Amino acid sequence: MMDKRIRVLVAKPGLDGHDRGAKVIARALRDAGMEVIYTGIRQTPEMIAEAALQEDVDVVGMSILSGAHMALFPRVMELLRQNGMDDVLVVTGGIIPDEDVPGLHEMGIQGVFGPGTPTGEIVRFIREHTQ
Amino acid sequence: MTDSLVEQVLAGQLRAVARAISLVENDRAEAQGVLSILHSHTGRAHIVGVTGPPGSGKSSLVNALALHYRRGTDLVPPKTVAIIAIDPTSPFSGGAILGDRIRMRDLAGDRGIFIRSMASRGNLGGLAWATADAVKVLDAAGYDLVFVETVGAGQAEVDIARTAHTTVVVEVPGLGDDIQAIKAGILEIADVFAVNKADLEGADHAVTALRMMLDLNAGGGHTVMHHGRLIEMVQGVGEQRRRGAEEPAGGAAGEKWRPPIVKTVATRREGIAELAEAILAHCSHLEHSGSLSWRARARAAAELETIIQQESLRGVLARTDRSWLAALIDQIVRRELDPYTASKLLLNR
Repeated sequence: MMDKRIRVLVAKPGLDGHDRGAKVIARALRDAGMEVIYTGIRQTPEMIAEAALQEDVDVVGMSILSGAHMALFPRVMELLRQNGMDDVLVVTGGIIPDEDVPGLHEMGIQGVFGPGTPTGEIVRFIREHTQ
Repeated sequence: MTDSLVEQVLAGQLRAVARAISLVENDRAEAQGVLSILHSHTGRAHIVGVTGPPGSGKSSLVNALALHYRRGTDLVPPKTVAIIAIDPTSPFSGGAILGDRIRMRDLAGDRGIFIRSMASRGNLGGLAWATADAVKVLDAAGYDLVFVETVGAGQAEVDIARTAHTTVVVEVPGLGDDIQAIKAGILEIADVFAVNKADLEGADHAVTALRMMLDLNAGGGHTVMHHGRLIEMVQGVGEQRRRGAEEPAGGAAGEKWRPPIVKTVATRREGIAELAEAILAHCSHLEHSGSLSWRARARAAAELETIIQQESLRGVLARTDRSWLAALIDQIVRRELDPYTASKLLLNR
């Protein structure tokens, strides 16, 4: 009668205001049966970690186009850890140069999805990693 | 596990509060254990429902009200605030986009505020079925005020009146003609009206239409009508009414509550102090008139009835052979058996 749904926080950290990509992803995840908490643009790492905590999400997805990912993401990861949310799956997408990907993986960001990624691939990745 | 989670919820530990709400939403067996311990710690929070059409500014109003109550005034000390914001679940995919936090970004970074988005998960009436239990978790965690913002789907969104002490109905100018204001449903459950976006043309007209509706109600004894409706909506409380436990129509002084109408512009914080005051005034009216304890009793009766329904259904299904159940259903479809007799067969096994 009742069941667990995958809860995903979709956030846009940093100062760029282009949220089209984030909205496309939010919609795709919704259509895949997930509950998407959409927080909008210009989120600080503190806001993202706080929302993740209160919403008890399984996944944090960050869309970033400004190039500030290497500056902002370590802080997000640190705050999530401080809140006892080490088990949350963190994924990102947007404009991320290839050479940054190993560093992001090292930080604990498991999925990095660039432009042109089929949304089905992201859905599959989230499902596989939240089991 | 249950005990430590309960302890942490009672201590107001955020991670535990968030996880307890998830537990309640997902109906794990544990949720009942947690809720039954938490029950004795509830009943302190003032629960405020906010309902109204989509786009009327419910989230923005809750945002502005929360900021106001957090700050406090000369007369009212600052309060801690929890918010449950409900958005619809897609009937096709079961997924949802919960976007109410977008309008509540001013509240970020305040440890005295807890916001939780909730998908309706197919429940009609504006709430998720887990909403009332999630309110209990937040109440037990010690939040002074719990706001419940409904889906905002329409005129029949009246479940909130069962959960909240004070129901704020948000209207906006230009939504409809005067007849909208005398229809049954959402307008009848209002304890306080907010006419939001009052800087738009037609705000005064909207206020006038609401005032006329209230005048008509006053002639027929508004409170009795109002809560007469409420009684019918609360399952099982009809029983109580037959026993003569009528909600008091006014206090000892006999005063009736006439829902105030407050004009607001949420995004510019106009009218927020007045709205906040009206909500608190309604709260103290409930206390003084005896309505609070009456409503608490009605709520407990309705809740008990729901739990009995769920539990007996669970019990019947647990001891019923699946293939026999399928056979009964087939017989009903073929008109060889009626569903009333079938349910008696199932219940009396």
